[in-house]
Amino acid sequence: MSENAAVSQLSEKFPGSVLAVTEFRGDTTILVKKEEIVVLCTFLKKELGFNFLVDLCGIDNLGQTPRYAVVYNLRNLSSKANLRLKVLVEQSTAQVDTVSGVWATANWLERECWDLMGISFANHPDLRRILLPADWQGHPLRKDYPLQGPDREPYQGRLS
Amino acid sequence: MGHAMVKNETMTINMGPQHPSTHGVLQLILELDGEIVKKATPHIGFLHRGIEKLSEHRTYHQVIPLTDRLDYLAPMHNNLGYVLAVEKLLGLTEAIPERAKVVRVMLAELTRIKSHLVWLACHALDIGAMTVFIYCFRERERIMDMYEKLSGARMTSNYFRIGGLSADLPAGFEQDVRSFIDEMPGHIDTYEGLLTGNKIWQKRLQGVGTISAKDAIDLGVTGPSLRGSGVDWDLRRDLPYSGYETYDFKVAVDAGCDTWARYKVRLIEMRESVKIVRQALDRLKPGPILADAPKVVLPPKKDVVNSIEGLIHHFKIISEGFKPEAGEIYLGVENPKGEVGFFIVSDGSPRPYRMKIRPASFVNLQALPKMAEGQMLADLVAVIGTLDIVLGEIDR
Repeated sequence: MSENAAVSQLSEKFPGSVLAVTEFRGDTTILVKKEEIVVLCTFLKKELGFNFLVDLCGIDNLGQTPRYAVVYNLRNLSSKANLRLKVLVEQSTAQVDTVSGVWATANWLERECWDLMGISFANHPDLRRILLPADWQGHPLRKDYPLQGPDREPYQGRLS
Repeated sequence: MGHAMVKNETMTINMGPQHPSTHGVLQLILELDGEIVKKATPHIGFLHRGIEKLSEHRTYHQVIPLTDRLDYLAPMHNNLGYVLAVEKLLGLTEAIPERAKVVRVMLAELTRIKSHLVWLACHALDIGAMTVFIYCFRERERIMDMYEKLSGARMTSNYFRIGGLSADLPAGFEQDVRSFIDEMPGHIDTYEGLLTGNKIWQKRLQGVGTISAKDAIDLGVTGPSLRGSGVDWDLRRDLPYSGYETYDFKVAVDAGCDTWARYKVRLIEMRESVKIVRQALDRLKPGPILADAPKVVLPPKKDVVNSIEGLIHHFKIISEGFKPEAGEIYLGVENPKGEVGFFIVSDGSPRPYRMKIRPASFVNLQALPKMAEGQMLADLVAVIGTLDIVLGEIDR
C-alpha cells in the first residue's frame, strides 16, 4: 500500500492542495489544485521518489465546468508504485504550468497535449505543435471537433 | 588568402522524411559544424492517423484492429496491452483462462524476437553490414508465416480479444514454434559471429550515442534503451501482467550507456524470449480460450449459430457493445521497444471516452537530440537505429 502512503504524505504536507482521492481497480488518482502542480510534482519527485513520468495527457469533459483535465501518470522506479495526479483546467484560460522542469519527458508530452487538445502550458520552453502541421487550425481531440474534420460533411454511414 | 577566409559558421541541413535510415518518415533538421552534429531537431507527425480520436468513436472491441497499426513490427504486443487494459477496466483480469494467458505470453515473446530481428537487420544495414539483414529477414519470415497461419494476416494480426483469443491455435502450430525456437539460438550465434567480434562493427557502436542512466530516466526512456543505460527495469518482472511472474527469465542490463550496450541487451533479450517461449510451450494444455463473461466476450461462432443465448449476446455486443463502469485506468506492457501503455477513461458508455496511448518510440525519440549532440553525422544513423523507433507508433 505504498500508493496510499504517498497519498497520506502528500495530504499531510499540502493539506489544502489535495482535493479528492479516487481508487479504481487498484489505480489511485489524486485530484490536486492546478496552481500547485509544479510544487506538488517537485515534492513527489524529490521527497517521495516518483522519478519517472510515465505519461501526461489532457481530457476534454465537454459540458462540465471546469471543462478540461490534465492527467499525470507517475511511477517510482525503486518502490514500483504508480500514482496518478489530475488537475482541472477551466475553458477560459486552458492553461497549466509546465512540469517539464521536473521531468524532461513532459516536454514532448505537453507539446502533444497542446497540439491535439489545445491546453497550453505556461513557461514551457518550446510549445509548438508536434504531430500536426504548424498552420493547422483547431485541436482535434476536443469533443466539439468533428471526427471527419472541420470542413467536411459528416459521414452518413455507420461508424460503429 | 589568409585567416580572414576561415569562417566559423554552422550549416543547417535536412534529413528525411524520405530517407532510408530514418526508419519511416522521420525528419531531422541538423545543424552541422563540419561533420559534427551540433543540434538535431526531430519533426514528426507525417504518419498521424488520429487513432486516439478514432477510438473514441468505436466500441471497445472495434479498437483492437487500430492497435495493430501502432507499432506494426510488434502488433501482438499492442493488442495485448490494449486488451489487458480493457480487462483491467472491466475487472476481468482474474477471469482470463490459463490457456489464453500462456498463448498470449508465447506470442508476445515470438513478436519480441520478430521485432528485434527487424531492429538488428536495419541497424546492421544502416551501418553497412548487409549480410545480417538478409539472415534476420529469413528468420523473421518464419514468424510471419506463423502469424499468417494464426490470424490470416502477416502483420496486422488482430488476434487477441477482450477476454481471451479470437481462435484457438491451428493444428501443427506448436510444432512450428518448437522447431523455430530449437533453431533460433543457433541463428543468434550466427548474427553474433558476423557482428560482435567484427572490428568495424565495434568501432561504429562503442561510445556512440551515449546517454546516462539519470538522463534516460529523466527523459522517460524505456525498454532496451533504458536497460542499455544500466537501469534494471522491466515491466514483465517489475509490474507483471498475463502471468509473466511465473516464468523464469533474466532481465538483460548493461551499464555501457552506448549503442554497443543496447546492441548486447537486445541480443540477450532475444535469447531470453526463446527461453520464455519454450516454457510457455511446455505448459500449454487444452482448455478454454475465452473468459466466462457472456456480456463482454464475443461468443465463439458455433455458439452464435447453435444457441439463442449466443446469438443474442453476439448481436448485443456487435451492435451496441458493452458498457464498462465509469472510471479510469492505466496499464503498461513491456513492448520490444519500451513501455506501451493505455490510459482509458470510461464514462459508462460503450465507447472509450478518452484513450491515450503511451507510445514507447515517441518518448524514446525525445532522447535523440541529447544522444546525437556532438556525434559525427555518419554516426547519426547508428543512433537512430539503436533507438529502434517505429513511426506508426510515434505519430499514431
